[in-house]
Formats: sequence, structure tokens, C-alpha cells
Amino acid sequence: MTKIPVHRADQSSDAVQAAPAKRAEAADAGRRTFLEGLGKGALGALLGGAALPGIVRFVAEASGTPLKPNDATHRWTMVFDLRLCDGCKKCTEACQAMHYLPKELEFIKVHELTSAGGQSFFLPIPCMMCHNAPCYRVCPVGATFYDDDGLVLIDQNKCIGCRACIAACPYDSRYFNFDDGVTADAAEIPYTEAPDYPGFQKRGTVGKCAFCAHLLKEGKLPACVDRCSMEAIYIGDWETDLATNGRTTVQLSKFLKDNDAFRFKEELNTHPSVYYVAGHGQDIDYY
Amino acid sequence: MIATPEATALRRAAIRPLQSGGVAYWALFGALTAVILAGAAAWIYQLREGLGVTGLNQNVTWGIYTADLVTFIGLSYGGALVSAILRLTGATWRASITRIAEACALVTLLIGAAYPIIHMGRPERIWLMFTEPNGTSPMVWDTFAILTYLLATLIFFYLPLIPDVGTLLTSEAVRVSSFHRRLWGAMAAHWRDLPGQRRALERALAIMAVVIVPIAVGVHSVLAWAFAVTTRPGWHSTIFAPYFVIAALYSGVALVILAMAAYRSAYRLQEYIDARQFRYLGYIMLALGLTYLYFTFAELLTEGYASTHEALAVMALILTGRYSVLFWPWVIGGMVIPLLLIALPWTRTIAGITSASALVVVGMWIKRLVIIIAPMEISLIGHEIVPYAPSWVELTITAAGAAAIPWLLMIVFRLVPVLPIHEIEELTPAVTTPAVQAPARVASVAQAGLHGGPS
Repeated sequence: MTKIPVHRADQSSDAVQAAPAKRAEAADAGRRTFLEGLGKGALGALLGGAALPGIVRFVAEASGTPLKPNDATHRWTMVFDLRLCDGCKKCTEACQAMHYLPKELEFIKVHELTSAGGQSFFLPIPCMMCHNAPCYRVCPVGATFYDDDGLVLIDQNKCIGCRACIAACPYDSRYFNFDDGVTADAAEIPYTEAPDYPGFQKRGTVGKCAFCAHLLKEGKLPACVDRCSMEAIYIGDWETDLATNGRTTVQLSKFLKDNDAFRFKEELNTHPSVYYVAGHGQDIDYY
Repeated sequence: MIATPEATALRRAAIRPLQSGGVAYWALFGALTAVILAGAAAWIYQLREGLGVTGLNQNVTWGIYTADLVTFIGLSYGGALVSAILRLTGATWRASITRIAEACALVTLLIGAAYPIIHMGRPERIWLMFTEPNGTSPMVWDTFAILTYLLATLIFFYLPLIPDVGTLLTSEAVRVSSFHRRLWGAMAAHWRDLPGQRRALERALAIMAVVIVPIAVGVHSVLAWAFAVTTRPGWHSTIFAPYFVIAALYSGVALVILAMAAYRSAYRLQEYIDARQFRYLGYIMLALGLTYLYFTFAELLTEGYASTHEALAVMALILTGRYSVLFWPWVIGGMVIPLLLIALPWTRTIAGITSASALVVVGMWIKRLVIIIAPMEISLIGHEIVPYAPSWVELTITAAGAAAIPWLLMIVFRLVPVLPIHEIEELTPAVTTPAVQAPARVASVAQAGLHGGPS
């Protein structure tokens, strides 16, 4: 089958000869239109380019990431004293009891790691309550949100279970509910179902530590802080610059500074709210 | 219009699949239907029991469904390439295969768009994506990009159909059922083959061809960014967007070649779909495949030369660990062998190019398994490997998606002509233009046949 394009039967040679003058005119008009368009385009690009930083700023502020929550009444933080943590996992048990969680959901998870020197140590990781949380940014429906005190919470009535937040969390601190969470009769649970109390885990949604926000607002200690047998976990508030492990209260800023406290994976710009005090050569960056 | 023998033959050939029958056809259709029904049953089971019936765990929360999603949407790029890009470059040789390419695009896009829904924990809440979207989420970008692309593909599929069904309705040479007459009557949109209508159609197709290119580039880029904007080693790479776009084009062309080969042999379309088209698409696939191989190598070299423990753990898992049984066979069977089949002149036959394409389609699915799932197996604290293996539910639903491609194509080509009659006549008019001097034309046809035709 030949594929040589043949002149169409309706093209006459007369039409072809009359074309040149018309074509020149058309070319002129075309050139003008093109240059006009170019000019308009350049102007538009310039204005657009100038507007772009403004647009970016607007979007950033509108998305509400409270890098500096100025109006917060509290700015919660946690400190883990790794000199004292012995890996007993009572914090995990207390959390699971408080929230009626199945065994595989460890909202505060105690990892056993090996440091550079070869010693093993324990690293309890709750939710880091990042001020610049990746989970908040990738949630397509805004089910993960910031409350008034800057805590990252999950509305499980909105969560569509896409698990983008789990993919985005650098601390592996979020968990997927393959099944419903509540194993007790809902009427027996003394707390109200709300994002600040993740005790009614719903199948198909994502759950995580909420710093026991439902207790914090009543001035009570989170379950893990309360039950740690080594009193290694502190809950602190930057607004008062105090932190307590249930028995001892310290000045938060001084405690962190004196003990060379650090945050985990800070280079990812997540601005986490959880600090760790090492002191026995725990080398979190190595393992 | 004069009903030349060639024009009649073209119209009759174009509707051969419409009149399919026979044991082989129905046996195939039945088998594919069975697989799809099994997939539907598996999905209903998953909806009732929850995602616990999959092999997903707390560490690997994105598994084979995510890989399937990327694979199927990637396969749709053959349509964008053949219909839009080849139109923009003036490649008239594309004429007879545009309908098949566009159908492949439409079909794979519809299947691909089902996988995010299957993968979600609460699919009934998907409407929240539209009522309360979070603009910083790549999932939202994905949703709108895919829907826009689907709309553009539908338009691109429908517009060239208008003159085709219009001409078939008025053609005395073909006999179609009253069902088709009614369907095509509705689709033909009062097509009378007037010059004004031809111009309008050309203009519309030209605009769509330009519009669909950035949309297509955008769709697979945002799909890539869903992975790349996380900080996970193995995903967090700047190459991901172009990587995914090239992968999509590569696998998409391969699927078009497979569909071309199937319809050409099943419906005796050798006169309209010839070796030259397979060769040219093969060359395009060769260029895309070499580019993809280059991107893979560049990424591995950069990641592996100086990197974090986490990134090196991912690389080890892929190159020497559990995923090496997928990765290295992909390199050899999914890249080197198909590219050689096309590059070497003595294997550059229709059979060789079709075999290469089959290897490419399967190979690129395997590559998506590696690139998407392996990084998730490395836990981010302590770098443990938490393995994942798909369950029977996931495998059944994957198989159903694969079966749905030929199944939907079989349905589509029972409804519309498989050859784009109008485009063939526009771009290669010698096929149906009545000859002034028949002997000379016959001679030039013979000559062209000997030399393989001008390019």
C-alpha cells in the first residue's frame, strides 16, 4: 500500500496562483499578531513572576502550619530521659489500656537499637507533634489537623484511609487500623469520642498518639508519663517553661540545655516537639 | 462520495470486529469475564472484612494496589503519544492505528482510576476529596490531574469517531445492526462531511493534541510526586517525575503495539496496519527504553555513591536482597532483551517487536513493584526489613485489572470501528482516492511495496 500523499482532487492550479499576494498580507498580519502576543505574554509573565512570591506566601499562611503558634495557650513538648529508660514498655501498655488499642497498635513505640559502640539502648517514640508536619501537608482531605495548642490530631470521621500520611511520616509514628480498635463496650469508656481522644479507633482509618490531649486539657498527665516506672518521660509546656514527669518538675529550657537534649531527624525540618536526653553514648544517628 | 472498491474495503475492514463471533472469541471473552468477576468478588470481600485481608502491614502500607495504579495509568500514555505527539510532529504513518491507541488509553485509564478506590481504607468517603481538598496534598493533585486527563482522553477518542460513524451510516457497502445505527446516529452529531465541519474537526483535534501533552506530562509527574515529596529513601529523588513520565510513555507504546498485533492478525487488517508502523513504534520504544535505562542507572549511581544508611539499605534490598529476584530479571528481560529485539535488524520483525512489547509491559509492572514497595519495607527507625507479600485478594484484583484491558477493548470494538476511516483517508488518500490512470497507480503501488514506501 503506497503512502505517497497525493494532491487532493479539489485543489485547482488557479487557486494556487492567486495566493502569493494574499499570503504576504496574511504573513504581515500573522507577524503583528505574533509580536503582540509575545509582548502580552512577556508582560503577563513579568506580572505573574512578581505576583508569585505573594501567592506562595498566601498559600503557606493559609495552610495554617503554625510554625509559631502565637495565640496558643499551651505549647506542649515531651522529653525522654534515655539515661533512665530500661525498655520495660509500661508506657506502651498504659497507652494501649487508655485507648483500648489492639496489641499491634503501639502509639508510643519502644524501639531497641544498637549504638555505634555496640551497646543496645531503648528509644521510645510517640508522635513527634511536628510544627511542620509532613502528615498534615499530604493529607488529601484535611483529616489530620492542628488544634489550638499546636498538637497534630486526626479526625477519624474524615480520614479516607489513603495512608499518605503514613508514607510521609519520617518517624514511623502513624498506624493504620486494619480493624476496629475498641474491644470494650463503648459505654464503659469514660472519655468522649473526639480527635483529642484516640480511643475509638475506626477500621480503615489512621491513628496515632495525641499526647493524651483529652487529659492535658484537664491538667492531667498523659498515660505514658504517668505510668513510666523509671519516671523517664516528661511532659512540658513552653508557655510556662516547666516540665514534669509526675514527681519532679523542672524548668524546661534549663533542663534541655543542661542535659544537651536534642531532637530526632531535625535535618528534615519537621520541627518536632519531642526531645531526648542521651548521656550513655546513645547514638541515634548511627544504628 | 464515490464508493471506490478501496473505500468499501476500508469500511468493511473497519467494522470486522463489530461482527465478531465464533468459539474462540466467546471463549476468550468468557475467560476474561471470569477473571474480572473473581476480582470483583475479591474486592467485595475486602470491603466487608477490611484491608486486613491484604498482605499490608504497619510498615508496608502501600503495596501492590499502588504499583498497579501507577502501571495502568502509565499504560495509557501510548494513546497520548500516537494520537497527540505524532499528530503534532506530522507523522502521517500513524493514521491507521490512532483508534487502537486511543482505545488503549481510554481503557487503561478507566482501570487505573479504579485502583486508588480499591486501595483506600474508607472509599465511601472519596467525595471529601472534592468537598474539602487540601491543596498541599499530592493526592489531591493526582485526583484532579487524572480526571482532567480522563476527560481529555474521552474527547480525543470521541472527536475522530464523529466522521467515521457518520460515513459508515451513509455507506451502502456496509451492513450494520439497528443498534449500531441508533448508537452511531447519536454519536455522529449531524456529520455531513461539509468543508466547514472538516475544518472545525481539524481545529478541535489540533487544540486537543496541544492541550493533552502538558496534561499527560502533569499526570505522571504528580503521581511520581506522591512518592517523591516524602522523605523516604528510595522515593525522595528529584528524578522521579521525569522517570515516571518516560516509564509511562515506554510501557504505553508497548501496549499499543500489542493491541495492534492482536487486532491485525485476528481481523486480517494486514493491508492497513503494516510492518512499517511496528518498526517506527519500535524505534520510539527503543529511544524511550534507553532513556529509562539511563535514568535508572543515574539514580542508582547517585544514591549509591555517597548516601545515608537508610538509602543504602534500600539499595541493598533491591540489588542483592529479596527484590533482586525482580530487579535483575527486569533489567535483562524487561529492558535489555526487548531493546535488542528492536535494535537488531534480523529480529526487527512484527513478531520480534510484538514479543519485545509483551516483555516491556510485564517488565514495567515488575519495575513498579520494586520501586514502590521495596523502599517501604525498610522501617525508618532502626532500618529493619519488614517484608510484604501480596495476598490472594490483591493478586486476584491485580489479575482482574490486567484482564480488563482486553475485555474492555473487545467491548469497545464491538461498538465503534477499529480503523479510523476519516484519518486514513485524510492522511493517506491514495488508499481510497479513485485513480485517473489505474495501471500507473498499480505500478507505483508495486514499487512502493518493494521499497517499503517513503517515510
